[in-house]
Amino acid sequence: MNDAIRFTLNGKPVTLETDGDRSLLWALRTDLELTGTKYGCGAGLCGSCTVIVDGRAVRSCVTDLNDVQGAEVTTIEGLAPNGRLHPLQQAFYEQGAYQCGYCTPGMLMNAYGLLLEKPGASREEIVRGMESNLCRCSAYKRIVEAIETASERMGGGHE
Amino acid sequence: MSDVTRMDRREFVKLLGGGIVVIVNLGPLTLFNSRAAEAFQRGYPEDINAYLHIAEDGKVTLFSGKIEMGQGAMTSLTQMAAEDLGVSLETIHIVMGDTDTCPWDMGTFGSLSTRMFGPAVRAAAAQARLVLTDLAAERLGVSRDLLAVDDGVVYVKGDRDRHVSYGELAEGQEITHTVDQKAVLRAVEEFAVMGSSPLRLDGHEKVTGAAKFAGDIRIPGMLYARILRPPAHGATLKRVDTSAAEAMTGVTVVNEDGLVAVLSADPETAERALELVKADFDVPTPEVDTESIFDHLVQAAPAPNTSEQAGDLEAARSECEQTFDVTYYNSYVAHAPIEPHTAVAQLEDGKLTVWSSTQGPFGQQRTIAREMGMSAEHVRVITPYVGGGFGGKVGGGQVVEAARLATVTGAPVQVAWTREEEFFYDTFRPAAVLKVASGIDADGKITLWDYQVYGAGSRGSDVFYDIPNRSVRVYGEWGRAPAGLHPFGVGAWRAPAANSNRFAAEQQIDIMASAIGMDPLEFRLINTTDDRMLGVLRTVAEAYGWEPAATPRKNGRGRGLACGIDAETYVALIADVTVDSETGAVKVDRVVCAQDMGVVVNPDGARMQMEGCIAMGLGYVFGEEVRFQGGKILDSNFDTYKLARFSWMPRIDTVFVSNDDLPPKGGGEPAIINMGAVVANAIFDATGARIHRLPMTPDRVLAEIRKT
Repeated sequence: MNDAIRFTLNGKPVTLETDGDRSLLWALRTDLELTGTKYGCGAGLCGSCTVIVDGRAVRSCVTDLNDVQGAEVTTIEGLAPNGRLHPLQQAFYEQGAYQCGYCTPGMLMNAYGLLLEKPGASREEIVRGMESNLCRCSAYKRIVEAIETASERMGGGHE
Repeated sequence: MSDVTRMDRREFVKLLGGGIVVIVNLGPLTLFNSRAAEAFQRGYPEDINAYLHIAEDGKVTLFSGKIEMGQGAMTSLTQMAAEDLGVSLETIHIVMGDTDTCPWDMGTFGSLSTRMFGPAVRAAAAQARLVLTDLAAERLGVSRDLLAVDDGVVYVKGDRDRHVSYGELAEGQEITHTVDQKAVLRAVEEFAVMGSSPLRLDGHEKVTGAAKFAGDIRIPGMLYARILRPPAHGATLKRVDTSAAEAMTGVTVVNEDGLVAVLSADPETAERALELVKADFDVPTPEVDTESIFDHLVQAAPAPNTSEQAGDLEAARSECEQTFDVTYYNSYVAHAPIEPHTAVAQLEDGKLTVWSSTQGPFGQQRTIAREMGMSAEHVRVITPYVGGGFGGKVGGGQVVEAARLATVTGAPVQVAWTREEEFFYDTFRPAAVLKVASGIDADGKITLWDYQVYGAGSRGSDVFYDIPNRSVRVYGEWGRAPAGLHPFGVGAWRAPAANSNRFAAEQQIDIMASAIGMDPLEFRLINTTDDRMLGVLRTVAEAYGWEPAATPRKNGRGRGLACGIDAETYVALIADVTVDSETGAVKVDRVVCAQDMGVVVNPDGARMQMEGCIAMGLGYVFGEEVRFQGGKILDSNFDTYKLARFSWMPRIDTVFVSNDDLPPKGGGEPAIINMGAVVANAIFDATGARIHRLPMTPDRVLAEIRKT
């Protein structure tokens, strides 16, 4: 019952011979050994597994492999392809917008998706767009500030 | 009790590959104030608390039994070592939480890393600098006092061309030095690395996704385990049928001594296999629930310990101008780290290696050894980055589960609790009942304080107001709850007991101030003579822009004040709130926090902890409450269990009271302890309603508003 799941992952084509009902999260973390994407709740409630599928932030724990057939998927490992930090990563790093770091990849990917959708988002739009991502260390204040910094540096997000 | 063979010093240095090792022995009692520390001290060349290794290439390694769970200890401990060794931050690599290579440590909790372990690190580094300067004096043919150190290079003062580096000095050496803590530490005025806020050392890995947590460890042939769980605490397994799971290809079933597990090369197959396991449990009839727990706690609590006793309570009560008898309640709260408890275990050549998300690697090593019938030297616990702890990862059964399954199957095994398992097996912050009777005289001086706390414990109940007639009785500590008091496990939760105690105590203070129409800041100032408390109160008031006013003002917006002491740090907060009197919804608009924590090692790191405390605290203030029926936990994920979110965030301002005469004090917990009271006091100012129970949900706030 294995299917051939083909998609683009961080700019490179991948093919998985596996059951298409499996979740994207566990395929990434096990088959593809990209462990930056984290399990947090398994029900799409915390956002720590957020990745980008065709330009939109999605919860990989509730996304089937069938759903990414032919799609372009970007994970945290694809955000700094040449080792040069993305403006969001740079701002999170400089401004201490993380503590334990476990929710951080999901925060960054959700913010990335948000700025793709709303370049130059206002503070209110950032708060609304990030609302479903949880940070138990509660670095929320700095995360919002870092996204604002990155958004400005991206010149309204056109990058 | 130590069952580890003590290593010979020479062997120890060889293990590290030559160079210079500096060892610190402060004595377990100095560091930990615990006989247990002595009993379980590890078998290093000496009973050591910290050590540094300077390699022949000049690289310095600091070994620490502490762990990094977000609190920033990796950076602040490295800063302290760099400061007193006289090297740049980048020169030092820190190894944390590995029981094979790091000195024994009690665990990372209680805001102890900086204030207790920090001195050991600094002493080791200072002594290493002395040793190296001595070697340099010999090499350069000058006396030691003519030498200075700059970034790992010893040079002759006034003649920088005559120099030798730490690496050159370490070459060919096999030196161990023991430190007695008397080496001279750098003074605050000389600080080059301490007192600054470099980018955190864990930052780059954390923003790129490269940071490894226990669940990110990959070993060829590793199996993912899912374990059969009971529906309630106290339930017993009657019957189990694993035949359907066994029939699945690629699934291994283990059923041994109450541990029923299914394992597979991918976690989803294991999950499907677990769904096929049929099990019947006997579930005991629930005796207590979310609402009846408070009466139960008062009835079932053990006899009290009296931690404060002075004056004559009865006489004071009859002489008081006004007395106030108020009872406060706090619910069970989960730790809910976003990383659930996780472990990977591998058995190789009779040695178990366990990668664990833990705040206590050495405690877990001991637990695993005991449960597996192995000696501790055959168990190694390695702690990668920990995805949040807050007191909830001091223990954790996942390590023993992984160890058992790895031993039975012969394969490396990962046990990663699901969110539901995390909510079930968490050691919750205990529910609490707090009965406070207090009284004042005609001048607004507090003359009576009769305080009783059930379920929570003593931390945060100390009286720092000047009250002649006082009593504090503590009915049970969270760590020593008798069987049956709580229907499930409880444990340390960020500043254990203090969140409950300050919620009651600082509301009670406000109630008295309001009753005599006195500004709540003035009331506190006239009732304490503790200079550090006066300092944080005045500082927070100035930072906020406090104008005196009696409460309540009842205009829908309110201002609250609360203060306390935790981990030897003094803290005071002011919060502004807006209350919707139609819905009972409360929005915190602004929080100002002042802290006196002695020398501040890393100001930005300390601010991050203060901000995190305030923001995380809003969760238990407004939403967090573990609901249950007996041993059945009704909240199992973030849909019903409400953590603080982005939209809840107020403007947060943090300010330090400068106190460089005092060594560094704790920073990971103090700012959270007053969050209940500071918000409750602000709600009172806004509405005239007193909220006596946490969390202050809209329903509860609305009910109290309607009573006013």
